[in-house]
Amino acid sequence: MNELASFLYSIPVLGVVFQLVGYLVATMPDIAPIYVALAAPIALGALCGIMNERSGVVNIGIEGMMLSSAFAAFLAAALVAQAMGPTSPSPVFGTTVAILVGLVAAIAVGMLVSVLHAWLSISIRADQIISGTIINILAFGLTGYLNRLLITPNPRLGAGIFQPLVLPDFLVDLPMVGWMIKGFFAHGPIAISVLFLVTFLQLWLFRSRWGLRTRAVGEHPKAAETVGIDVIKLRYRNVILGGIFAGLAGAYLTLEQSGSFQNNMTGGRGFIALAAVIFGRWTPLGAFGAALLFSASEALRVAISLNRPTGELGDVVRAIPPEFYTALPYVVTLVVLVAAVGRSVAPAAVGKPYVREART
Amino acid sequence: MTDSDGRPAERFWRRGRSGQVFAIAAVPVASVFLALVVAALIILASSVITTGSIDWALPFVAYGALLQGAFGSESAILATILQATPLVLGGLAVGIGFKAGLFNIGGYGQFLLGATAAAGVGAALATAPAPIAITAALGAGMLAGAAWGWIPGALKAWSGAHEVVTTIMLNSIAAALIGFLILGPLLAPGFSFGRTGDLGNSALPIILGDNIHLGVLLAVAAVPAVWWLLYRSTLGFEIRSVGANPSAARYAGMRPRFLIMLTMSLSGLLFGIAGSTEILGVSHFIIPSYGTSIGFDAIAVALLGRSHPFGIAASALLFGALRAGAGLMQVLAEIPVEIVDVIQAIILLFLAADVVVRHLFRIRAAGGLADLKTVTSSYAGRAR
Repeated sequence: MNELASFLYSIPVLGVVFQLVGYLVATMPDIAPIYVALAAPIALGALCGIMNERSGVVNIGIEGMMLSSAFAAFLAAALVAQAMGPTSPSPVFGTTVAILVGLVAAIAVGMLVSVLHAWLSISIRADQIISGTIINILAFGLTGYLNRLLITPNPRLGAGIFQPLVLPDFLVDLPMVGWMIKGFFAHGPIAISVLFLVTFLQLWLFRSRWGLRTRAVGEHPKAAETVGIDVIKLRYRNVILGGIFAGLAGAYLTLEQSGSFQNNMTGGRGFIALAAVIFGRWTPLGAFGAALLFSASEALRVAISLNRPTGELGDVVRAIPPEFYTALPYVVTLVVLVAAVGRSVAPAAVGKPYVREART
Repeated sequence: MTDSDGRPAERFWRRGRSGQVFAIAAVPVASVFLALVVAALIILASSVITTGSIDWALPFVAYGALLQGAFGSESAILATILQATPLVLGGLAVGIGFKAGLFNIGGYGQFLLGATAAAGVGAALATAPAPIAITAALGAGMLAGAAWGWIPGALKAWSGAHEVVTTIMLNSIAAALIGFLILGPLLAPGFSFGRTGDLGNSALPIILGDNIHLGVLLAVAAVPAVWWLLYRSTLGFEIRSVGANPSAARYAGMRPRFLIMLTMSLSGLLFGIAGSTEILGVSHFIIPSYGTSIGFDAIAVALLGRSHPFGIAASALLFGALRAGAGLMQVLAEIPVEIVDVIQAIILLFLAADVVVRHLFRIRAAGGLADLKTVTSSYAGRAR
């Protein structure tokens, strides 16, 4: 086995590729939890996108929804923590009352912003892409304004942070699957919930009455209306429920990943989520896979910074400028998107406001 | 100017030119007014949060300071003009995209690449004769912006990938790329931080006051130029046709793919000019972490100006005034400058919800936003 490896590694040029594969296999168990954690907010944002677009509403405001939820989560948690003074965190995930309040605030704000999007794009019948753009600009402006007004003058504000689940040793030590269990479950509650939410939404969308109706409304609202489905009401409900996922994504950024808020901390994840929706062909499982693909390049960067590869591979890695790794997730997203579009077909009614009784 | 709901717009169009202007400007002006009212409420609310008591005079103090900072003196007016310059160019760039049914959110990246190219070429030609150096630096900025705009155009034309997602990805890639360029090939030796070299003769000459540079004239000239291109040239007719109805344009023998690539390149070119003039005329060098909100600001300008070059010029002046006055407002009324971003977003909110605005002010003129049906219907790669 080792002889084969050293033979493969020594092949000129191609050997570096084998070295990379060997390096990834060796480091994967350590990197897997970070990898899944990087994918979590993108996957949650994508679930929000799926809820919207499956019912025929384009939502490019996911980024803004995530940003406002992240801010609300931090502010609410920090204020409660300040008011309550020091408390001992619960042994489960290190939960405190403050963090829970922050989580609820994030979900509430996510839904609230979604109400705005629903109202603009369903009732007012404004252009849905404009509505999303407005949400992005508004979220950027309001969080920046309130951050400067409320958080910057009080540098001692802190929200606390969810602790990752500590898995029993026998699970992690299982052969073959142990590192995967660690990868998916050595997290705080929000990242762990992603796996379940994805599965749940997948089943809900394709195996339930609600799912059938949602897809009908997204593909052919007129036909849905004729069989008695209230298109407007269903779209409203789905867009607002979608806000829960954006809220969770925002809460994840502040309450589980960083424990603080910075302006524009979403950094384009909401838009990567949009690409994940398209690449995942508007299915939750597919979008989760896409999120994992998009965060793979970032995970590679983390792996390299934690555990520098040696030999020829090390030389190659050192020759690559650091900015390359910064750009890599976006390049991967772009390339994959270009390859995916055309082969994956959007719900037919996406972007079209529904006018009852209107001639089509 | 009627929309799909058959709103009564014709009445105002019969009133001649002044009626036309009113019909077009009524909703935007009302939206700006309403946004200022809402922002005043936000200022009041934040005074409650920060001081614990409600300060009824605060909005007036704030807006007074804003006005003073934007128009109160000669230098204030010049500051407004200086702030409006990149907004005019960016607004035109987004507006020309709207006309072709394209939504360019990639202004940030196109601006950054234009700025970096201009800074690099400008520094390299610092000792060349000024006309040559300036032309070359500006040209490099334009080309870089146009090239960065061409990429999403080509991606949309050939694969159908929607520019809303691709341009955002290209923004992040551009930020990383200029970091590499400025810390690598363009790095100037002898500074304690990473930056490009001194401009020397490539800097744009100052033509008025302390800081009004030649680029301001470029922005002023761009307004009628884009108007002529859009409304008086064959190419402009084709661009508008593709934006209004891509299929009809194709049946009429126009080439939607070519026009999409061309329009995105033009849009990027205008952002490239904005980036170059900011570097060559204002900051004179660029750092890797150069920050700007031009991408989103330009969208706001184009939407408020209803994608028309003259409307864009007017709304760029308004947003320029807000940005120029915000500094003094922060000093005198202790309102964070970020309130300008909030005002900008609320203006757009009212424009989108124009039904509400028209109801409040009994305006019966046409709607608030330019027609963007093609932008949205092409989402996810259909309808090319």
